[in-house]
Amino acid sequence: MTKKLFAEKFMKAVFLICACVSIIAVAIICFFMFVRGIPAMREIGFVEFLFGEKWRPTAQIPKFGILPMIMGSIYVTAGAIIIGVPIGLLTAIFLAKFCPKKLYKLLMPPINLMAGIPSIIYGFFGMVVLVPLTRTLFGGDGNSILTASLLLGIMILPTIVGLSESALKAVPESYYEGAVALGATHERAVATVIFPAAKSGIMAAVILGIGRAIGETMAVIMVAGNQPRMPKGILKGVRTLTSNIVTEMGYAEGLHYEALIATAVVLFVFILILNVLFSIVSNKAAPISFKRKKVKKEEA
Amino acid sequence: MAVKFSVSNLDLYYGDFQALKNINIRMNENEVTAFIGPSGCGKSTLLKSLNRMNDLVEGCKITGTVLLDNVDIYKNMEITELRKNVGMVFQKPNPFPMSIYDNIAYGPRTHGIKRKSQLDEIVETSLKQASIWEEVKDRLKKSALGLSGGQQQRLCIARALAVKPEVILMDEPTSALDPISTMKIEELCFDLKKEYTIIIVTHNMQQATRISDKTAFFLHGEIVEFGETGQIFAMPKDKRTEDYITGRFG
Ligand SMILES: Nc1ncnc2c1ncn2[C@@H]1O[C@H](COP(=O)(O)OP(=O)(O)O)[C@@H](O)[C@H]1O
Ligand SMILES: [Mg+2]
Repeated sequence: MTKKLFAEKFMKAVFLICACVSIIAVAIICFFMFVRGIPAMREIGFVEFLFGEKWRPTAQIPKFGILPMIMGSIYVTAGAIIIGVPIGLLTAIFLAKFCPKKLYKLLMPPINLMAGIPSIIYGFFGMVVLVPLTRTLFGGDGNSILTASLLLGIMILPTIVGLSESALKAVPESYYEGAVALGATHERAVATVIFPAAKSGIMAAVILGIGRAIGETMAVIMVAGNQPRMPKGILKGVRTLTSNIVTEMGYAEGLHYEALIATAVVLFVFILILNVLFSIVSNKAAPISFKRKKVKKEEA
Repeated sequence: MAVKFSVSNLDLYYGDFQALKNINIRMNENEVTAFIGPSGCGKSTLLKSLNRMNDLVEGCKITGTVLLDNVDIYKNMEITELRKNVGMVFQKPNPFPMSIYDNIAYGPRTHGIKRKSQLDEIVETSLKQASIWEEVKDRLKKSALGLSGGQQQRLCIARALAVKPEVILMDEPTSALDPISTMKIEELCFDLKKEYTIIIVTHNMQQATRISDKTAFFLHGEIVEFGETGQIFAMPKDKRTEDYITGRFG
């Protein structure tokens, strides 16, 4: 074997091993969580665990129902979407199609920075600013679904803005030219041709945003109140799946500990579902090739 | 014949680069005018000045006048109104990623037509005028991106016709197409000039002789010669025109 050929083979092997590391990591995570989590679920009872409304892990007769946390995660995430998606999309449309170049250069760095700020800092911001704000505006003690939604809504902005802005920018200029050549105004061309053409990319951005919101832990713990009970209103406190795990992991033992791992399994399944959705829509985001295929299928 | 477009003393700059130099040309109603010349000589640039697509180019400056039916399109006309009257077909077919129907209805909807029956009628007549109706009438709700390149280009012509323009600008509309599609589009130009004024950029000289009434020969941002197509190709007055059409350069 020549030296060159060996070097080539060797590097190939190195790349292969590197590629395998991440796959193996995911496999180990899955294995560990399911092996520890599923038996706990079986012991508690799948229905009791997923749909039980009481979480009393340390009571005389312990109850391990995580429905309050599932609902908590869903409520808080939905709130974040309601707040973050419209703001994020409008920002992205402005940046991609209406923003003067100079302003763009001014706006982009802070938006990118937002993505890099550690969530504990968002949490502090939530505690110091948003909690008192919602308390004075709406009453209650301020630690609530609303506050958590607001904070998460802000936290998912960079994801949504960044990805939808690139989706909008990736729409071929020829579509825009075609529209204005027919007499459409800039606004109309953006709203009726460019935005729809970027739809799949924008959906992908929203799904990633949802993933970020549902997986967020630290910031939510600091503003959501963390009461493990069924959510009763947007001004009431709530606990999410992630905060359930972090709050109790430190002292849990036995079945309680296993139940927390099972909680993580449920969270993991949520994320898996989002990932599948993401790959479906981002496949669509490669517009022309995919649509061609689809059209051909329809004809057949 | 009535003059449709009248361009006088037009200079056009992209930043510091002068792309058009003192252009003077008149284009008649119900005629096909062809722009020929080597690439980079400013054919597309002049075409785009006629419906102000150059406004999209940053740093593009224009002086001189362009009159459409004696109205200055840079001073006395709404840009949306101008583009409604002066449609454009691009070099690369650019149907919108939506259904065939919605592609055609886009222009009329832009100009305020909402009634379904009226839109249906416009879609049908436009597709018929662009002689693509028979090929697509059963799949109007399907994506326009599923059509072949030649069909897409005829769809784009239909889309331009749907707003009932008076002039149609075509920028090398057949350069990306196969010979049969090219032939169909040339026939189309021939039919359309009864109702429309057509200005077409082409680098194919046979095409210019086949379809155009007048031909303008461009070189380095100037119009070297403009006249009856027959005369330009049979007895060019300028040496440079002769060199070009006999294939000595370009
Ligand atoms: N958007 C633009 N910005 C700067 N220069 C341009 C632009 N468009 C065209 N040009 C230049 O103007 C000249 C004429 O271009 P064009 O009108 O496209 O030529 P043609 O259509 O005859 O091939 C070329 O030298 C080209 O490089
Ligand atoms: Mg050109």
